[in-house]
Amino acid sequence: MTLAPDQLLLWAFLTPIIVAVLVAVAGPWRNLRDAISVLGSLATFGFVAMLASEWEDKLVSRTIADFLPGLTLRFSLEPLGLLFAVIASTLWVLSTIYAIGYMRANEEHDQTRFFALFALAIAATLGIAFSGNLLTLFVFYETLTLVTFPLVTHAGTPEAMRAGRTYLGILLSTSILFFFLAMVWTYFEAGTLDFIKGGILNEETGPSVTLVLFLLYMFGIAKTALMPFHRWLPAAMVAPTPVSALLHAVAVVKAGVFAVVKVIVYVLGVERLAGVPGTAIVPVVAGFTIIAASLVALKQANLKRLLAYSTISQLSYVVLSATLLTPISIMGAVLHIAMHAVAKITLFFAAGAVYTAAHKSEIGELDGIGRRMPWTMGAFAVAALSMIGLPPTAGFVSKWVILKGAFDATAWCAVAVLVLSTVLNAAYFLPIVHRAFFRPLSAEAQAHPHGEAPFPSVLALTLTALLTLGLFFFPGEAMKIAEAVATGR
Amino acid sequence: MISTHLPILQVLVPLLAAPVLALLRGRTLSYLVATGFVVVAFLIAIGLTIQVVHTGAVSYAIGNWAPPLGIEYRIDELTVIMLLMVTGIASAVLIGGGQSIAVEIPERRAPLFFALFCLNVAGLIGMTVTGDVFNLFVFLEISSLSTYALVAMGRDRRALTAAYQYLVIGTVGATFYVIGVGLLYMMTGTLNMADLTARVSGVESTLTIKTALAFLFIGLGVKLGMMPVHFWLPNAYAQAPSTVSAFLAGTATKVAVYVMLRIVFGIFGIGIFTSSYLADVVIALGIFAMVAASVSAIFQSDAKRLLAYSSLAQIGYILFALGLATEAGLTAAILHLFNHGLMKATLFLALTAVALRLGRTRLEDFDGLAQAMPATMLAFAVAALSLVGVPLTIGFVSKWYLLAAAFDRDGVLVAAVILGSSLLALLYLWPLVERAYFRKRPAGAPEIEEAPLALILAMWALVAVNVFLGVNSQFTVNLAANAARHLIGAVP
Repeated sequence: MTLAPDQLLLWAFLTPIIVAVLVAVAGPWRNLRDAISVLGSLATFGFVAMLASEWEDKLVSRTIADFLPGLTLRFSLEPLGLLFAVIASTLWVLSTIYAIGYMRANEEHDQTRFFALFALAIAATLGIAFSGNLLTLFVFYETLTLVTFPLVTHAGTPEAMRAGRTYLGILLSTSILFFFLAMVWTYFEAGTLDFIKGGILNEETGPSVTLVLFLLYMFGIAKTALMPFHRWLPAAMVAPTPVSALLHAVAVVKAGVFAVVKVIVYVLGVERLAGVPGTAIVPVVAGFTIIAASLVALKQANLKRLLAYSTISQLSYVVLSATLLTPISIMGAVLHIAMHAVAKITLFFAAGAVYTAAHKSEIGELDGIGRRMPWTMGAFAVAALSMIGLPPTAGFVSKWVILKGAFDATAWCAVAVLVLSTVLNAAYFLPIVHRAFFRPLSAEAQAHPHGEAPFPSVLALTLTALLTLGLFFFPGEAMKIAEAVATGR
Repeated sequence: MISTHLPILQVLVPLLAAPVLALLRGRTLSYLVATGFVVVAFLIAIGLTIQVVHTGAVSYAIGNWAPPLGIEYRIDELTVIMLLMVTGIASAVLIGGGQSIAVEIPERRAPLFFALFCLNVAGLIGMTVTGDVFNLFVFLEISSLSTYALVAMGRDRRALTAAYQYLVIGTVGATFYVIGVGLLYMMTGTLNMADLTARVSGVESTLTIKTALAFLFIGLGVKLGMMPVHFWLPNAYAQAPSTVSAFLAGTATKVAVYVMLRIVFGIFGIGIFTSSYLADVVIALGIFAMVAASVSAIFQSDAKRLLAYSSLAQIGYILFALGLATEAGLTAAILHLFNHGLMKATLFLALTAVALRLGRTRLEDFDGLAQAMPATMLAFAVAALSLVGVPLTIGFVSKWYLLAAAFDRDGVLVAAVILGSSLLALLYLWPLVERAYFRKRPAGAPEIEEAPLALILAMWALVAVNVFLGVNSQFTVNLAANAARHLIGAVP
């Protein structure tokens, strides 16, 4: 059976929704339920992989609904969306495997609700990846916020509720106040919201309006965690680790930077923006965010919070690079979306595995744990290297291109920020690796023997670590896609 | 052929139900009869919609007296939107609210309650279909008088004060309206709307006509809950029986806005409206209401009052869009008129369910309700998100058109105010959702069960319409856009 590309698009999007329904129905039989999750994620991955293999730069699109007269909900495929879909669907498979191990070992409550919402969040993410116009992107962007909210507050404790309020408050208010406003304004100026290479604004739209729109978009898409709208991300760390891993290292935050790149390339237009004075505000803010978040990360005692601040900093790499507005820097931004995803999910998986096996969440407690959990901490070390940007890991590739873009744009401040942040990244990741492998076990830890985390979890994090290595040796496909986005072949 | 007489039947069916019901005894029988009549009215409204969509506007001369001498009923696209809404929500409220009415209204008063309800429906329908300004006044009084009595049937003695307050203010409003009609008649010698339109254009610069407009505007402003002549509304909504609140919130103020549209744009025409500063006043009042009423809503401690203030804010949106006096603005106003009626009716039906199970609707009563009443609270949550303007619901469609209309004329600043006020909506609605979903029921609270099935079905029918029209809004948007075009085109 062969499916036309537009049908594949639809099926890739629908499968997670079907999974969510089936999971909800199969709730009481947990083996059946988890099997559905795994098979469903594999099927989704299959559809996306088929799309990727058949994709040849021609427009594939499919209208879902006539939303408003003249504006439709539409899916269409372009290189950036394809890349995002591939990342999300691949990592969904792995994090489902991981989550099964994690949720069972920690005897979490309401697992059915958890897995169903997890699948829905993936559907929303794929909706964002496939969106054929800004309206569709916005619709799924908001959906993603709402669907992930119950996942963030999964624990149901007062602390989780407070965090949930921060999460929802920041994400919804920025998107309604700024993003939505900018979108309607764009529609008013351009008469369309389709994604078109080079942007959709007309000649009549002056530079000042373009600048205001640009700022509204950059701060309205708060999923990028650009300061000062970053507080939702550390708050979201109260969620169970698989949620933090897939959603707050990959799907949600990447949806943010994905939207930013989309808007810059396909709505406002790189060349138009380059001609507008004042757009440099955003890379400055992004540079500040990179450094500030790294400094905050240095002082964190809790592993997950450290990872959260590291994510904030790494997301701003993408924003910084994209807003330098040269083809190479756009390419760097696109690559970093992919490279950071595989490494960060590994780190979160590792943090969760440590919590599951040893019930430890503070960095100070990790002395010598590498000897008890060699696979977990080995993967952690690989991913940490990728965060710093050292070979032979994926992070090196994207950082290289980002640096090259900064040189190209003769943005020396950006270069300085990148170098400084590399040092800071090393300063907060390497001590953890050192602690885990070279310090002796504490007396308290010796009294509580434990081994590796459950097999599914270890399997998942090993695979993501291998991916992190693999993308260093075989960056070809990702490079090709990034180039296609940047140059508009 | 019965289909040619649908316009008159639309009014007569609920109107004749009233005396029949007044003669009946017993709750069950009168409930069934009233529901039957209202559902028939809904079916007639669907029939009329089909007629209008296929053949265009329908004119019906009462007793075959040709207009402008006789009374004309006139049904076009805007009318059928309102008819569908009034009869649809009335059916949903009656079908779903059976148990709630049984609890809140004593047995011996039940037939009277249903008679009043049907009278109210008849009055609102009459206001919608009539093409005669004095006939409109008669229906306005029918619906108002029955509303006063319905509000007074609230379970609490405070309902009497609320009803009395409404009676006094409502009568002042009606008087203003009738004075306006008198002035119009003085200048033109006619009461037929189409005829008025033609004749007003000759004398539109006279002070009398402008005074007439002012009287009509304020009179209708009272009826539609325009701030600052709104103060009857929160009390009336909060104290009336739950089902009555649901019906009123979804329909009564909306019909008043509809009449304002008809009179201001249909009769006086856009020229007088925009040249007389009235447009600016309406915009200012609208913006004032969306901010002030939303802020007031945040500080309410009773969910019914909270939703009442939210209604005032939403009416602010409609007034603002109406004041823009552009085609885009009127489209947005008409669209939001319909959409808001649907959302508010859903929210108030959910409150009906809460009041039925708990006997009251204070905010703290919502703690942990989602566990006990999952279907009710999910409907509430969806409608609440819709009111905030979340995509894939009609609330988003409304917001989109409101913003587009604002951009069209006033630019970014007003658009930002609209969005800011929808964030306020999030602020006042979210605590309810959060309490329901994330708090525990207080210790020692009585066990409660889910709302009765009929009520859940009624709520979810409205939610289904909400989401369907939110994803595919062609139907409502096209109706609204056509209606707006007709209104604007009434006077070149």
